Amino acid sequence: MLRISHLKKTFNAGTVNEKVAMNDINFTLNPGDFVTIIGSNGAGKSTLFNLISGYFLSDEGKILLDGQDITFMPEYKRAKYIGRLFQDPLKGTAPSMTIEENLALSYSRSKSRFISLGIKKKDKDLFRERLAQLDLGLEDRMKTKMGLLSGGQRQAVTLLMSTLVVPKVLLLDEHTAALDPATADKVLRITKEIVAEKNITTMMITHNIQSALDLGNRTMMMDSGKVILDIKGEGRSQLQVQDLLDLFKKESNKALDNDRILLS
Amino acid sequence: MNATIAMSAVELGLLFTLLTLGLFISYRILDIPDLTVDGSFTLGAVVSVIITMKGSPELGILAAAGAGTLAGMVTAILQTKLKIQPILAGILTMTGLYSINLMIMGKPNLSLLGEETIFTKLNVALGGQNAEMVIGVIGVVAICILLGVFLHTNVGLAIRATGDNEDMVRSSSINVDHMKIIGLAIANALVALSGALVAQKQASADTGMGTGMVVIGIASLIIGEVIVDSVVKQRGIKANIVAAIIGSIIYRLIISLALTFEITATSMKLISAIIVAFAISYPVIISGIKGKLRQRARMKEEM
Repeated sequence: MLRISHLKKTFNAGTVNEKVAMNDINFTLNPGDFVTIIGSNGAGKSTLFNLISGYFLSDEGKILLDGQDITFMPEYKRAKYIGRLFQDPLKGTAPSMTIEENLALSYSRSKSRFISLGIKKKDKDLFRERLAQLDLGLEDRMKTKMGLLSGGQRQAVTLLMSTLVVPKVLLLDEHTAALDPATADKVLRITKEIVAEKNITTMMITHNIQSALDLGNRTMMMDSGKVILDIKGEGRSQLQVQDLLDLFKKESNKALDNDRILLS
Repeated sequence: MNATIAMSAVELGLLFTLLTLGLFISYRILDIPDLTVDGSFTLGAVVSVIITMKGSPELGILAAAGAGTLAGMVTAILQTKLKIQPILAGILTMTGLYSINLMIMGKPNLSLLGEETIFTKLNVALGGQNAEMVIGVIGVVAICILLGVFLHTNVGLAIRATGDNEDMVRSSSINVDHMKIIGLAIANALVALSGALVAQKQASADTGMGTGMVVIGIASLIIGEVIVDSVVKQRGIKANIVAAIIGSIIYRLIISLALTFEITATSMKLISAIIVAFAISYPVIISGIKGKLRQRARMKEEM
């Protein structure tokens, strides 16, 4: 589904601030893979997402999505196939527009007809049905402005928006980190449901090592712009949090101690 | 203020509604303080007057809208493709337009005295003196409806979201640059249309007539919003368009009133600037005063 080969990215090349953010990354995701990604700050997790989504271009290497070379495709065109959620719940929605208008806009991804008068009844019914699945009572508030919702509600709607037209790859960049624990659990549950229902190939960055092991079928660990660990299958299902920490220590020759990592 | 003056103010207010709607798109929807407006208003007037002098006032109005579209696109391309800051991009186009307007006119001002305009033509056709009102009401209402419908289409939604959250628009696989170009093009087409109609009504155009139009447009917008907000809870697109109409008319009424008190038209620009500065900073001033009052009340309690 997604094939990354020899991806490299260096920031401020040739200056004293030179930072190799992506150092020869290679991996392939199979359709339906749900990968959790962990690693300390500056490991290159978000840079990887930025390269895949086209926020900036790589210096070297190739990105293939479903056989198509998207290495140089502009961000807005890739967005047709790639859904992305950020840590900041404000990033995914337009606050002064209503819930249904937000949904209609992201739903327009699927269609080529650019001028259409208003939101179709059929589309509204679909939005209502999908909102009801979130179980947040939003299906009765479709004319409410997005800016009036809480962070958790907005993040749930953003998730719905990026999966309304099923993406080939869904990138989740710590999308529950800014929410309170109960809301984070709820959004995580919704994430699991939607991803499973639509069988979406997903990559999720997290700082919670327990949920990195609980969720998905594969875990990658990154350090200094490299994937230092990539485990799936049997080996992964028996892994405990402490094992993962030990593995990290062994592979990177340093302890995974940073204040944002949650060991619970 | 007698009835004739009031009527005339309402007529002018309707024509200026298009200017206010232009600023509604650029300033409120796209969140860009677009200074092109001072130039594109004059551009619309100049193009309309020149073509009217050649014998076709209707074509003059259409051509003015076309010229305004181009002016808006230039500013938008400077901003998006060439990465010039929004305010500077507008100033560059406005400055360039000053010379272009002079080149088109050949001299600093033109008069349409004795020439046929759409207003005189319609007066002859209707056999009366109501052309300003007819064109104002029918034309402006038609454009308002068109704009309202457009802002609910997919492109309209995308333009509205662009001013709100560019990241979200990009992730909906829409080119943000294109939305800004379309938005500013429509905004400046409306502004130029307003200039074209005002010039034909006043039967003249001069290079300085666009000065301060950004401020006048924003002032009208804010006046209308304050009034509409006292009636509706959540101001949607419809309410915003109604606010633009009400605000533009009231602004003109205020000017007429000021003129009867022998305040000169020139000092109205100063008054407009003060209105805008006050209206925008109003919430800050109020919460500042409230904070001070609370502080003082507490100090009294503690004494």
